[in-house]
Amino acid sequence: MNLMTGGVIATRMKNSKVSFLFLATMTAPLLQWSASAATQLQGAGATFPAPLYQRWIAEYTKGNPNVQINYQGVGSGAGIKQFTQTLVSFGASDAAMTDEEIAAVKQGVVLIPATAGSIVLPYNLPGVATLKLSREAYVGIFLGKIKKWNDPALAKTNQGVSLPNLSITVCERSDGSGTNFVFTKHLSTISPEFKDKVGEGTSVTWPTGVAGKGNDGVTALIKQNKGAIGYVEYGYAKNNKLSSAQLQNKAGEFVAATTASGAATLATTQFPPNLLRAWPSDPDGKECYPIATFTWLLLYKKYDNGQTGEAVKKFVDWGLTEGQKFSEELGYVPLPKEIVDKGMEALKAVQ
Amino acid sequence: MSPALGNMKRLKKPPDFFLALTWVASVAAVLTLLWILESIVLPAWPAIQQDGLGFFTGTVWDVNRNRYGALPFLIGTAASSLIALCIALPLGIFIALFLSENFLPLAVRQVIRFVVELLAAIPSVVYGLWGIAVVIPIVQQFGGYLSDYLGSIPLFSGPATGNSMLTASLVLAIMVLPTITAVSRAALVAVPATLREGSYAVGATRWETIFRVLVPTAAPGIVAATILAFGRAMGETMAVAMLIGNSPRLSWSLLSPAGTLAALLANQFGEAQGLQISALMYAALALVLLTLFVNMAGEAVLRHAEKTTAGIR
Repeated sequence: MNLMTGGVIATRMKNSKVSFLFLATMTAPLLQWSASAATQLQGAGATFPAPLYQRWIAEYTKGNPNVQINYQGVGSGAGIKQFTQTLVSFGASDAAMTDEEIAAVKQGVVLIPATAGSIVLPYNLPGVATLKLSREAYVGIFLGKIKKWNDPALAKTNQGVSLPNLSITVCERSDGSGTNFVFTKHLSTISPEFKDKVGEGTSVTWPTGVAGKGNDGVTALIKQNKGAIGYVEYGYAKNNKLSSAQLQNKAGEFVAATTASGAATLATTQFPPNLLRAWPSDPDGKECYPIATFTWLLLYKKYDNGQTGEAVKKFVDWGLTEGQKFSEELGYVPLPKEIVDKGMEALKAVQ
Repeated sequence: MSPALGNMKRLKKPPDFFLALTWVASVAAVLTLLWILESIVLPAWPAIQQDGLGFFTGTVWDVNRNRYGALPFLIGTAASSLIALCIALPLGIFIALFLSENFLPLAVRQVIRFVVELLAAIPSVVYGLWGIAVVIPIVQQFGGYLSDYLGSIPLFSGPATGNSMLTASLVLAIMVLPTITAVSRAALVAVPATLREGSYAVGATRWETIFRVLVPTAAPGIVAATILAFGRAMGETMAVAMLIGNSPRLSWSLLSPAGTLAALLANQFGEAQGLQISALMYAALALVLLTLFVNMAGEAVLRHAEKTTAGIR
């Protein structure tokens, strides 16, 4: 139908070049309009898993062209806000939701862990391929007590590595973030001094360093400043080819962030029975990388529009199973099987 | 009332729709400003009640503990803008003099003038990128030497970071240069030729004429240029947020990271919650009032300048 009317107009315009443009501009919106019977899903939230969710959407909609999904990485806090105001079909947050926040959503909330990742400490020290940081060392650096790369506290665990006489530039987040929350939670767990001076939260005041916005902002700061160290989601360091420090875990071992060491950490997490909200703030195992976290999808218990609810359920179901395959190549840790099972169980509550 | 307007009244013309339209447009502009102020003040109210004027003297901005002191950001805003002016003002005045005198053929001067004014057309984020690519490495290198040799002076105490007050100020200086140059040049060109001739007539050299006659006569215009540039520098957000290091700590050193009100808002607003939103709105109010005040001061100086030079024009 569209093509026919377009064709008529085109012949009337005597096949000039303009007519082709006209044809294209006329029919494109019409074609789009006819396809918009598809279910539209809007999601917003954490930037930490955003690259993975974008990939999921691309892969999922290939097989399910009747669904259109749009995810905006606006940050965990903003995601929770939009979710509470029912502006989106689903939200996403690295800090899950607090009980108060859950109470504010009248449709009810189902929290589903969707993926997981390690938070790594990338550094910019040309010529230093491996760097081992003891628990005292990395707390000391982020408290501003260790100021130079050749500090004895660093030299002790890096024998054979020539650490330069260079100032340490600590790079941190200037905005509120789930990454902040997880990282400061870990530091507060292992250091009473950190807990006292800085504390844990999505937005904290660091005693030293320069700050940039978002995981990408911190990554950029590390790349720009020689002698820098910061904290970002593993995928950001991996994609930017930054070396990250090996961290000493609770058992005293120095562990690099890998899929295996991240998965080992996640496996130690004890979830409360009905609410899937927990953080492995300082895992025990020898092979565990110390800082890893889940990130959550926020769904409503009861959707006003049944079609939307059904579409969200199907998409999340796919993400928990098929979607996990894409985690590793993007720098995330696939969810352990028991967490996937618990997630699928929780998903049943969505109506 | 002008006689023309009086005549119109006497003729009892039908209502002038164009006049009505302009009225509506101007009232809408004023109302928009009031509306914006209102929508800042209302959400800021809880923070205003809690912190009052202590907001402007508090040195700790700790969201985690709900303590909001904006002094580091106020000082950061003022300092980065003032340093930028210290660099851009002499440079801008010299360029303006150069462009208003006939040292070079008019065609060449027009090209230079065009290029300088083109600097104003570069988007802020591009200045930020340029700062990252060019200014940060330079500041890191030379800042390192400065802190090594002059580190005992608080202004240059180390460690020197690339993202610092100095980096942000240098880029701001370039960003406000076109404002200073354009307005100063206009002021210099407006100095009546009779003054210059008079100065030559009493035996002054060219440079004596420039510095004793032309610049003093154009001074009000140059001051206005400075104030306008100051207002622009204070409100600048994107480039500063990319370069200044966004630190909430007070530091004497130019080589340390710092923060400004505008960058603070850009950084924290998206994820802000509860009282933090209020505190950020309070900071926004402070910034609006500061820039409004500076712009009004600039406007007043310009007006005054027009009045005092009216006699010789």
